Amino acid sequence: MVTTSAREGREPTGVARVSAALWRRAWLRAALTLSPPLAWFLIIYLASLIVMLVTAFWTVNPFTNNLQHQLSLTNFRALFQAPIPAIIGRTVLLAALVTLTDAIIALPFAYFMARVATPRVRNALFVAVLLPLWASYLARVYAWIVILTKDGTLDWTTQHLGLGAPNIAYTNVAMWIVFSYIWLPFMILPVYGALERIPDSFIEASADLGARNPRTLRSVVLPLALPGVIAGSIFTFSLTLGDYITPLLIGSGSGTNLIGNVIYDNIGLANNLPFAAALAFVPIVIMIVYLLGARALGAFEAM
Amino acid sequence: MRYMARFRRRDRRAVLVLALALPVVLAGWVSGASATPGIPAGVAGARLTPPTQGMKPQQSIGKGEGQLNLIAWEGYTQAQWVKPFERQTGCTVNAKYAGSSSEMVSLMANGGGGQYDLVSASGDADLRLIYGGAVKPVNIKLIPSWKQFRPFLQSPGFNTINGVHYGVSLQFGPNDLLYSTKAFPKAPTSWSVIYSKKYAGKITIPNNPIQIADAALYLSVHQRSLGITDPYELTQPQFNAAVKLLEQQRPLIKKYWNLASDEISLFQNGETVVGAAWPYQTGQLKAAGAKVADTIPSEGATGWADSWLLATKAPHPNCAYKWLAYISTPQVQAEQAVSYGETPDNSLACPLMDKIAKGSCESLHANEPDAYFKTIKFWKTPLAQCDNGKSDCVPFQQWVTAWTQITG
Repeated sequence: MVTTSAREGREPTGVARVSAALWRRAWLRAALTLSPPLAWFLIIYLASLIVMLVTAFWTVNPFTNNLQHQLSLTNFRALFQAPIPAIIGRTVLLAALVTLTDAIIALPFAYFMARVATPRVRNALFVAVLLPLWASYLARVYAWIVILTKDGTLDWTTQHLGLGAPNIAYTNVAMWIVFSYIWLPFMILPVYGALERIPDSFIEASADLGARNPRTLRSVVLPLALPGVIAGSIFTFSLTLGDYITPLLIGSGSGTNLIGNVIYDNIGLANNLPFAAALAFVPIVIMIVYLLGARALGAFEAM
Repeated sequence: MRYMARFRRRDRRAVLVLALALPVVLAGWVSGASATPGIPAGVAGARLTPPTQGMKPQQSIGKGEGQLNLIAWEGYTQAQWVKPFERQTGCTVNAKYAGSSSEMVSLMANGGGGQYDLVSASGDADLRLIYGGAVKPVNIKLIPSWKQFRPFLQSPGFNTINGVHYGVSLQFGPNDLLYSTKAFPKAPTSWSVIYSKKYAGKITIPNNPIQIADAALYLSVHQRSLGITDPYELTQPQFNAAVKLLEQQRPLIKKYWNLASDEISLFQNGETVVGAAWPYQTGQLKAAGAKVADTIPSEGATGWADSWLLATKAPHPNCAYKWLAYISTPQVQAEQAVSYGETPDNSLACPLMDKIAKGSCESLHANEPDAYFKTIKFWKTPLAQCDNGKSDCVPFQQWVTAWTQITG
């Protein structure tokens, strides 16, 4: 009684009124909670993409280097003129090769980690996989230059094995090796996650039904690991599509241009932002197609 | 949970409206905010006149404004010579580093936007800045050390038009031929070695479109029928020939170097034995004990020459003039030359360089007579407009596109 009368006797304060209004209108509460992250997403993330899209339709005055704000398709037409299609093709092929290489390495490795190794070994392997991520990307790329360069670690080793010196620095092969190395942890971790979640009972059931190990691997383990592989491939594929540091340091030989470093050159060297923006849409479109394909394969349902 | 469903529906509508409205708003805002005039009318016509040519430069240097805003190459505003300047003049130096000539041109659009005072532009940006109206005439009488400059750098075509100075020359250097003395006991006399199959896989050249001019310079001697007189003013057939030469060279290239340090390690490892370089690399390699040397072959060489240009809307003109006078003195010229590895314009700088670093005057060619540099064709912006008044030359943007094609 005392509390009721006390409440009735006083006018509700501003804070109380606001909180009451919020309590009555649940949608308002949700909108207020969600609007900061939503605004961040819209303004910082989507808006920059939209500005990029708009920029792609402009051109640069070849003389003064000023932007010309007239809509034109010049930049998109240039995407279909030599040498850009070949560079796009090379980039996609390289990204696919890197993804395949990482998948082939990651599957047995992650299987061992998830299902064979003792907890102690598993922890050690986790550290081994993650350790390179603690070192600077640049330091690791430069380390690879030391390995791949003429008379470097690789040449020295193969020469002592009597195989001659491959001397592959600054070639597409070198970029394939370095990309495969750098993105490997991003493949191993999701594959590990997928394999770890397979219940032991599935494997036992498969054996009970008369399947030998290869058949269990093919019909039970691999299909259940596939979503992990696809999740990993999204990282390895998209990261290779957009990277420009490795092409500059490990590539830059003859015929080694990738989308990333052509964009970089057009921003830095040529200051042709509109063309760089148009070219930046190529990996975006490729990734959209890739993700739609992955969805059609059911990769997201299983995630 | 019901309210969540309701929220979701409302929210979806709101997001849709926002998503539709945003591009429209943005496009309007962006195009409204920067409705800059594209190309000055004079450029399209037959005769070029810098838009700021008629502006009267100031006749004396007044009291400093306390601030000086520079756009510079990294390494051009080292504390070593900036600090004494700040102490002497009370002008605090704020430097913004640019990554490329084109970025400098962009930053200087609209006369530096009333923000920047000076830009340390290279020859491939100068004309774009001058004819774009971004920079204005400089009263050269206010820069006493200018008289000590090598004569060919006092009023060079890249910063002086119709007798009007738009800035003051700073430092320069040749793009010379770097070679391993093991592979070449005798110095090569022609650039032909970097196009020769004999050195396949052991050649490196800069990853820079302006390199097309090096090929054009080579062709101007070896394929005279093309009639190339200026490697930066190429008609379409001349340009195509230079591009073809570089495409034939592509399989011979080990690496198109991006950073000077790239080339230094290529020569240290012995991965390349010959290439186009700057004297800086030679100095660094020799200091590290590598067996290399550099030369300017018989065809001559391209080169870069930087100038400090004065922004049309410079907000601190007195501090800017004080900087121009200071940076041209022999001592500061020597300090910058040694620090950056380039050749000073001031002819009195050589002995001072040796005081800072022994032998640096000779290795940076600061002791050579003017005749040595006669063979250097300094970088300038390739424009559609040729010197002969016709506008059938290939502009720089096409050079960039072709370069991507060349490097593959």
